Amino acid sequence: MTMTAYQWRRYTVRTSIYVVLILLTLVFLAPVYLVVVTSLKDPATINLASTWNLPEFPYWQSFGEVLEAFGPRLRNSVALVLGATVLSSVMGSLNGYIFSKWRVPGERYLFPLMLFGMFIPYQAILIPLFDFMRGVNLYGGVIGLIVIHTVYGLPITTLIFRNFYVDIPDEMLEAAAIDGADFFGIYRHIVFPLSIPGFVVVIIWQFTQIWNEFLFGVTMTNTDSQPITVGLAQLAGGEAVKWNLPMAGAIVAALPPLLVYIILGRYFIRGLLAGSVKG
Amino acid sequence: MKKRLLLISLLVLTFAFVGAVRAQDLSGQLEIFSWWAGDEGPALEALIALYNSQNPGVEVINATVTGGSGVNARAVLKTRMLGGTPPDTFQVHAGEELTGTWVVADRMEDLSDLYASEGWNEAFPADLIDLLTVDGGIYSVPVNIHRSNVLWYNPAKIAEWGVTVPATWDEFLAACPTFQEAGVIPLVVGEAWTVNHLWESVALGVLGADGWNGIWTGETAPAGEEMLGVWNKFNEVLACSNLGADSAGLSWQQAIDKVVAGEAAFNIMGDWAAGYMTTTLGLEPGTGFGFAAAPGTAGTFMWLSDSFGLPVGAPNVDNTIAWLKVLGSVEGQNAFNPLKGSIPARVDAVSAAPELYNAYLQSAAADWGSNRLVGSLVHGVAANERFMGDFNTVMEVFVASRSAEASANAMAAVCITSGACGG
Amino acid sequence: MRSNRDRLIAFVMLLPSLILVGIFVYGFITQAIQTSMTDWGQNPEQPPLAANVVKSFVGLQNYQNIMTDTLEFTFRNSLINTFFFTVFFVLGCVVAGLLLALLLDQNVKGEAFFRTVFLFPMALSFVVTGTIWRWMLQPNGGINILPQALLGLPPIQFTWINNRDVWLPFEWGNVPMYVTMLGIAILAFMAINYALSRRWRATQYAVIAAVVVLLIFLARLWDFIWLPLDTPEAETPIAPKGFNAALIGIIIAAVWQMSGYTMAMFIAGIRGVPEELREAARVDGCSEIDVYRRIVLPQLNPIILSAMIVLGHISLKIFDLVFAMAGPDNAKTVVPGLLVYTEGFRENAFAKASAIAVIMLFFVAVIIVPYLWSQLRQSSQER
Repeated sequence: MTMTAYQWRRYTVRTSIYVVLILLTLVFLAPVYLVVVTSLKDPATINLASTWNLPEFPYWQSFGEVLEAFGPRLRNSVALVLGATVLSSVMGSLNGYIFSKWRVPGERYLFPLMLFGMFIPYQAILIPLFDFMRGVNLYGGVIGLIVIHTVYGLPITTLIFRNFYVDIPDEMLEAAAIDGADFFGIYRHIVFPLSIPGFVVVIIWQFTQIWNEFLFGVTMTNTDSQPITVGLAQLAGGEAVKWNLPMAGAIVAALPPLLVYIILGRYFIRGLLAGSVKG
Repeated sequence: MKKRLLLISLLVLTFAFVGAVRAQDLSGQLEIFSWWAGDEGPALEALIALYNSQNPGVEVINATVTGGSGVNARAVLKTRMLGGTPPDTFQVHAGEELTGTWVVADRMEDLSDLYASEGWNEAFPADLIDLLTVDGGIYSVPVNIHRSNVLWYNPAKIAEWGVTVPATWDEFLAACPTFQEAGVIPLVVGEAWTVNHLWESVALGVLGADGWNGIWTGETAPAGEEMLGVWNKFNEVLACSNLGADSAGLSWQQAIDKVVAGEAAFNIMGDWAAGYMTTTLGLEPGTGFGFAAAPGTAGTFMWLSDSFGLPVGAPNVDNTIAWLKVLGSVEGQNAFNPLKGSIPARVDAVSAAPELYNAYLQSAAADWGSNRLVGSLVHGVAANERFMGDFNTVMEVFVASRSAEASANAMAAVCITSGACGG
Repeated sequence: MRSNRDRLIAFVMLLPSLILVGIFVYGFITQAIQTSMTDWGQNPEQPPLAANVVKSFVGLQNYQNIMTDTLEFTFRNSLINTFFFTVFFVLGCVVAGLLLALLLDQNVKGEAFFRTVFLFPMALSFVVTGTIWRWMLQPNGGINILPQALLGLPPIQFTWINNRDVWLPFEWGNVPMYVTMLGIAILAFMAINYALSRRWRATQYAVIAAVVVLLIFLARLWDFIWLPLDTPEAETPIAPKGFNAALIGIIIAAVWQMSGYTMAMFIAGIRGVPEELREAARVDGCSEIDVYRRIVLPQLNPIILSAMIVLGHISLKIFDLVFAMAGPDNAKTVVPGLLVYTEGFRENAFAKASAIAVIMLFFVAVIIVPYLWSQLRQSSQER
């Protein structure tokens, strides 16, 4: 059976699509390969020339050392991320609801003013932030860190939810209002059920941002409340760095957000779609 | 029955006695702030273990903040100090990083009484104590000494190439073409700060100890004839290096790796490199790797030192004093330094337990006791933090222009803004 | 209509966020602006870390210093680096994201797998990405020896982060001219857009604004601002201005990390185009490529804009990635975020660091405020 010209063209196009996709996959995974391979090497055998080689034998000890070094920081990070992600997405959702569906005096100015908070370089406000946190007795603990991440997360969560809610027809809300639903009633019965995909987007975003944050984690904590990124820096710090440890640490530290991506990744795009992400 | 009663009362008495002793003992917490983790972690832990064996009632909080070779730690420390919540004690480079930043800001307690009562004025070299002293007060306790001006090489390769280890920079420059023809990097440098590190050895080699100290007292003019000589010599030396090729991507360990592998002939690095080569690479000092004073600097020991002090407003003063006593003791210095790969700041510590130190460290300790001592610039001894930071800009001027005049003028300007060069 | 009581509740519910953002953003920015106008860390008589340090008001002197002082060329280079980094990072993410999204839109098998692969780098922190890519971009290792390791080809010679080449060189003194031209170009683009959508009043405003900008330039009004800020000529050989080739490696790493995000947004956008529309176009005889060009891509414009905002804010603040890849002292890859950190916490020049931060914020505001403004006008018109 011979192929028609159309089939032939289609066949080559499809094949080249897969070839390109596989090549891109290799490009995207090459750094991962490097991390995994390096993390499994005996520290004495790590050098530049043999970067790409497989380890002669897997050296699992690094992972044990890393877990020991992380200690309670893993738990701190989990508490921090859960607290701050939930708080900032709930508050962001309410803010988005208000900014998109309620006329608040001065909202034309308040919303951009709030968004501008995304852009501040955090290094510049470290000293006043420290003074403030100490003044309100929140310096040093996980709670304080949750507050900080919640507040600095508000601009982006508010933005995402607002864009999400703009597309909910006002008529639906008006109908509910006529049926006697008040501010919270409308939120609970109409807006919230529709915003699950929005929550997925926000949770993914906030989870990764907060999990990976370092500057506040290192300056606003005590030794026993540090998050995992500080532990990771600890592994790469010091004068003589063994590369197997930071690489193994990177793998351990990246696992939770990776799991979130693998589990929620499907919904991430659906969430972006539902919000239709208008600016 | 009677016997048993006696036993019990004896036991009770014993406990009461122990309790009475314990009551005088220290309790509470001690927060030790440092950037020692990774390879330096075990050395610090050994010190803490020693402290705990003497003061079992104290809970030690080992607050390490690493990354960026102490940059993160400084950010955290400065934020905390400005906010009025100092740790009980913190790691600080002896010299200007201590005096120019913290002592002038009235943030440190005077420890000269402790020095007198512990007999430290005799135990530490006077040149070292001088750099911990401001207006008669002494402000920190040095725990270790590293040497900055060391030339590292691979003895087997040097023999193979048939060259001698250069005693002066001119000898090195004369040997340079031999290496280049053989496809070997004569002198390997790494990322930005290691170039600065090389500079201080070149400057010391050209200026001599007095000339070097003169930069910081104003006697050596920053844009004068002598300094132009330093920059010109530095230019020639760098022409024999890998600067601009692959240097900026190399950590100092990777630079050392090249020497060990025979891809490069020499490297100038602090003697933490000896620790890396013995512990991580498993090489023997003298046979696996060779060392010498940087060219033109024999008889001078350019030092840097980690020390701990007592900040004003530290929450647990008594516990901190006890910690400082451990640091300054022969026992403490010998617990820490063999693990850290450095030598004790006390001149009498190595002789108390020479078996703890390898061939390199013993030779360094001998030099520490006999050489002329000068402070390192790059590692916080000789100049304040402002100068240290701005010196990077001077170095960028040099690397971009390769002009001795432009670099010397830039350095003169930095001297003025930082106030680090005398006056 | 909803009741006034509910409107009050809405406002009360918004209040905590407003107060928190008010303190954490505007309160602290105000403090940074105040600090930037003092001599904190500049006066040798006043140790910057003293408990009772006296900070005297010096007005705009710190700003003038960093703009004009010969030895502050690092700061000016950091501004230029941010500009090029932002342009290429955003462009790279948009192009790569678009390519990935279009490929995955072709009904490929294992789409979920590919999507996860392209998306996962987002889950890493910049510190981790930086550490990995620092390895990847070693001049004598990583990518450069990959052709050798795989195919036995000669290694690549590019030195990546160590590169000292400056591409697209320009004179610092010409910056006002470039800014003017850019401004006119943007306004002209807007004018054409408005004219095409028959919004004549807006077109008029845009044209007038463009003319005003041109007049400002021709009347040399820039000189009042620029001449006091001009730098000595000696700077050019020491610190040439242009696109530092050393940034390429950092841009690649950043694009690797964030292009999955744009991909996800574009996939969402493409899926949001009703299939009937596409079908109708096909019936009208459009080829597949035409369908994308005429129907799908125009729908993605608003998405590209939001992607640019999110990526732009990452790029303007970029700090950890550069720190991890190039260290704090690589003059060719310096960015303002890094300088704020090193000048402030390493050199104790707190006032200078604050001035740099305020300048960063100023540029953010210049870019973001008009954007937000137009977005909000648009959405309030839609209502």
